[in-house]
Amino acid sequence: MADVNGLDQAQITEITEPVKEFILETFLPGEDPSALEYDTPLISGGIIDSISTLKLVTYLEEEFDIKVQANEMNADNLDTLSEITTFVISKQ
Amino acid sequence: MADPTPTLHQLLVESAHRLPDQTAVVDPERNKHISYADFDALTTQIQEHLRDAGVVSGDRVGVYVPKSIGSISAIFGILKADAAYIPVDPTAPASRNAFIFQDCTVRCFIVDSTLLDGIQAEFDDTYTLEASRLEFADSYGIELSMVKVTLNNGDVQNPPVENLAYILYTSGSTGKPKGVMHTHESGLSFVNWCAETVGFSEKDTFSSHAPFHFDLSILDIYVPIKHGSTLVLIGESLGKQPARLAPVIAEHEITVWYSTPSILRLLVEYGELDNHDYSQVRVVFFAGEVFPIKHLRALKEKWPHPRYLNLYGPTETNVCTYYELPSEIPDSQVDPFPIGPVCENDKALVLNGDSTAVEKGEEGELLITGGSVMHGYWNLPERSAEAYFVDDEGVKWYRTGDVVKESPEDGFIFVGRRDRMVKRRGYRVELGEIEAALYRHPDVKEAAVIAIPHEEKGILVKAFLSIAEGGSKSLIAMKKFCSENLPLYMVPDNFSFQPALPKTSTDKINYQALKTID
Repeated sequence: MADVNGLDQAQITEITEPVKEFILETFLPGEDPSALEYDTPLISGGIIDSISTLKLVTYLEEEFDIKVQANEMNADNLDTLSEITTFVISKQ
Repeated sequence: MADPTPTLHQLLVESAHRLPDQTAVVDPERNKHISYADFDALTTQIQEHLRDAGVVSGDRVGVYVPKSIGSISAIFGILKADAAYIPVDPTAPASRNAFIFQDCTVRCFIVDSTLLDGIQAEFDDTYTLEASRLEFADSYGIELSMVKVTLNNGDVQNPPVENLAYILYTSGSTGKPKGVMHTHESGLSFVNWCAETVGFSEKDTFSSHAPFHFDLSILDIYVPIKHGSTLVLIGESLGKQPARLAPVIAEHEITVWYSTPSILRLLVEYGELDNHDYSQVRVVFFAGEVFPIKHLRALKEKWPHPRYLNLYGPTETNVCTYYELPSEIPDSQVDPFPIGPVCENDKALVLNGDSTAVEKGEEGELLITGGSVMHGYWNLPERSAEAYFVDDEGVKWYRTGDVVKESPEDGFIFVGRRDRMVKRRGYRVELGEIEAALYRHPDVKEAAVIAIPHEEKGILVKAFLSIAEGGSKSLIAMKKFCSENLPLYMVPDNFSFQPALPKTSTDKINYQALKTID
């Protein structure tokens, strides 16, 4: 896993791993965890739809104690695990 | 004296007169066959027994017999007795078949003796049943019994329908099967159209793959009998076992094959078609569902020579459009072939939601009128009335429920079932289009998509897939594939991987059963 915006590996893993687990459990039951990669397109790839995106945001807000604006809930910020991680860190 | 109006059974009488020694029917599983002369005589014996039991013109007579020389003889015997036959699925529960016989108030039914006790138990004491064995048919490998049905509280038989030939029961949206009535005229209209359009002779050998309660059987039974051809019966269990079925096609030198695409796909996949010579097959008809192009391509690789015809039509219309495939399938072809132009004995109309005709090329519901259209639903006058659109000139058009668009060269293109169109996120989604996209995935063997109401999402679109051995069963990979081939609003919410998709008794994908799978 590459560094994101100069953050260290541990910080990234702390966010990425639980998010990945949440997405697998909630939206992709039964999927092989290794199939969900750091850059798998979630919204533009049809893996999560708009209602699922709302669920993901609710989860991110509760889990990482951040506040997400309505205009931020889109594929620009949340399309991949990598983008989600960057987004969460920028909000903390 | 000759019959004043043409009838379906007259086809047999004429062929028996012309070609008495020709083999009419072969039953490979019971290792039996019958000549036209003997077949004609056997059916006359059945006719006489029915007459003795009180069957009169306009009566209905049930047929509850596995596919055999016995069952096809029962059909012609009933027609010769001037009655209509009601074939039921011999593998269905006796209770369902008893419901059908009671619904259309049969005067008699002919039953395989091993099924007799089961169905008799389904008639309560408002009926009196009198069973008798038809021993004269024993030499054809099946024991038949005839059961006379009498209502104890007097005769409440429904009024006869003029020239009624058969009633095929199809599953109704209410859960109770409904009976589609065809007359001798509507049956013959289709049979004669088929004969004129494709061309056959007594040198042909036809398959009879579809069960007799399925509308594909109308071609199987009457087109070969009309031409004095030979009919090879493929029974319920042989028909589903491609490894046993494929050698039967070669051994009996079947020249005209007709089945659903599902069976043809199974033959390609499990029939080991390279082991036998199939060069005698000259016509392949398929109908009943969409033939995914990749499976069709695989079939044409194995059987490159025959003419391939896609026949289309609900039970209510017989076949009403047809499309002959080009001899080569272009590499660029990814969508299923059109259903083609309307048959010459029918007329078609495409209407939009407010019952006005669409512009040519626009989508709308296909309506059919003409010679091959049903008489109506048995004993359901309201349903029958709803089934038609009556135009300004009083012409009744049957509403197929199928959405099509007309192309300039190829006739009609099937878009989907009207009742398989759903609104999702404001867009109109045709579930069949999602299936067609899924079939483009190299690992997908079978695909079926259903929409079910969902509290949160409004509707939930679920895809059921069976995957080729060693293929990927990744939800992510499947969703990604869909998003590359479909707009996002058409990507299914859920994917369920199954070893095989459930089928109905007529070998179509069973959508009702899919709704019960989590």
